[in-house]
Amino acid sequence: MEKAIKKYWPIFLLPTLFAFLIGFIIPFIQGVYLSFCQFTTVRDAAFIGLSNFKRAIGDTTFSHAFWYNCAFVIVSTIAINLGGLAVALVVTRSIKGRNAFRTVFFMPNLIGGIVLGYIWQILLNCVLTILERPLLALDATAGFWGLVILMCWQQIGYMMIIYIAGLQSIPDSLVEASEIDGASHWQTFIKVKLPMLMPSITICLFLTITNSFKLFDQNMALTAGQPAHQSELLAYNIYYTFYGRSGPQWRGIGQAKAVIFCLIVVAISLIQLRATRRKEVQQ
Amino acid sequence: MTRESQSYNRLWSIVMTIISVLYMYPIFMVLINSLKQESAISTGTAFELPTEETFAGLANYENAISTQGFLSSLFFTTFITVTSVIAILLFCSMFAWYITRVNTKVTRALYLLCAFSMVVPFQMVMFTLSSMADSLNLNTPWVLWIIYLGFGAGLAVFMFCGFMRSVPIDIEEASMIDGCNPLQTYFHIVVPLLRPTMVSVAILEAMWIWNDYLLPTLILDINKYRTISMLIQFFRGSYGRVEMGPMMACIMLAILPIIIIYLIGQKYIIKGVVAGAVKG
Repeated sequence: MEKAIKKYWPIFLLPTLFAFLIGFIIPFIQGVYLSFCQFTTVRDAAFIGLSNFKRAIGDTTFSHAFWYNCAFVIVSTIAINLGGLAVALVVTRSIKGRNAFRTVFFMPNLIGGIVLGYIWQILLNCVLTILERPLLALDATAGFWGLVILMCWQQIGYMMIIYIAGLQSIPDSLVEASEIDGASHWQTFIKVKLPMLMPSITICLFLTITNSFKLFDQNMALTAGQPAHQSELLAYNIYYTFYGRSGPQWRGIGQAKAVIFCLIVVAISLIQLRATRRKEVQQ
Repeated sequence: MTRESQSYNRLWSIVMTIISVLYMYPIFMVLINSLKQESAISTGTAFELPTEETFAGLANYENAISTQGFLSSLFFTTFITVTSVIAILLFCSMFAWYITRVNTKVTRALYLLCAFSMVVPFQMVMFTLSSMADSLNLNTPWVLWIIYLGFGAGLAVFMFCGFMRSVPIDIEEASMIDGCNPLQTYFHIVVPLLRPTMVSVAILEAMWIWNDYLLPTLILDINKYRTISMLIQFFRGSYGRVEMGPMMACIMLAILPIIIIYLIGQKYIIKGVVAGAVKG
């Protein structure tokens, strides 16, 4: 059978392969090469070695964006997962209207990042005006917490769905057995449900971590890095280096930043792969 | 059930109702502001309901549709999403079937490459990809699906392969022995088996492409073609003074079709999300 299929390879492979080449493989290789060049378009690239990387690391807005992004990842990951798990626990009880609650909590997830960002910019600015505080664009602290709130609003529903699927896959007999043995609700949760939920927790943690690292649309729409690059995440910092600055050197530096960014994200994903693999062996 | 846990459940029901109402408030806020006159919308009064003097009726919506080009944006976004999703479903499932059923070094390398492409952030390729699209004349909405097929292939191939591995090869072998060629086998045997996975992939890819902002902005000419995300960003970006009323109406119009589709296909969307999370 393999032989027969092999003869048809042009029909099965070529369309995707062609699109994959122009949509991913060639731009990726070009991108890696260009990070070692000074350029304004793809054609006028001149090789200059590692100096783009030196300048990228030396750029204070970039290192600020890195630490700001790390803080954002930690805070939002904890908040979203605690929120998602809490909501999932409540809506898996046999309470009235639980399906309606699920519908409501998941809905923001379908709205695009740009739209979400503007909705929350209007809302938060109104709150800040009422509190007589400076607007989002002038206050980096408010910008940070605003972005965390926005991401919670968007992502809690998504994580809730995954946690519900995890909770429903726990056999009832286990929970009943622990209750017969006299465990309280809290003990059942910590000792029985939580260990059984570990696969879902791993998935959700890594989804939120990579989402928060790669975040762009929401960051751009909510604060666009204001005030003075204080609320820039890595993705937006790279975008701004490319398209917001004038001078022939910035595109090369932006591409070098993108390569560093890519390495960080790939490293996180490799750790995730190892974590999930190890879990599979144990089960 | 004990009486105690019943009253607990009633309490939770009430608490969750309050939280749900608060959760929907941001959307409600956009709705009330989209019904106000331009002069009545300001940062300090966004929470106030429109009064008799400031109520604008549907004027903002008319403005958004007639002068701001909302309908053409809706058309481009729908067209790009539909063509891209169809291309991804057809070509990526064929690709995935080939690389799971033919086991060579090349197919294994292709699989790893697809998995790798899922991880790479868009900023890594944004500049080279947009200049590539320009030089190949792929910078119109009519052929943008080729770019989305290339950049979205990773997730789709990964999910299709994951499902295909769990399908026994026997049925396909039987159909080949009965005289079907691989194409016939693919369309008569494999596609029907793949249908549930196809729904999941379609939903995940559609959610991404519909809301995508950066890729169309960098590739399309914003003066000719605007997707919905581009239109809303354009409102803020290029004018000195932002017309808040029509913008609120545009946001509302952008959210509405999504909510309607969600309420109709909720079951499938949630299934798709769970499948994607487990595989991804």
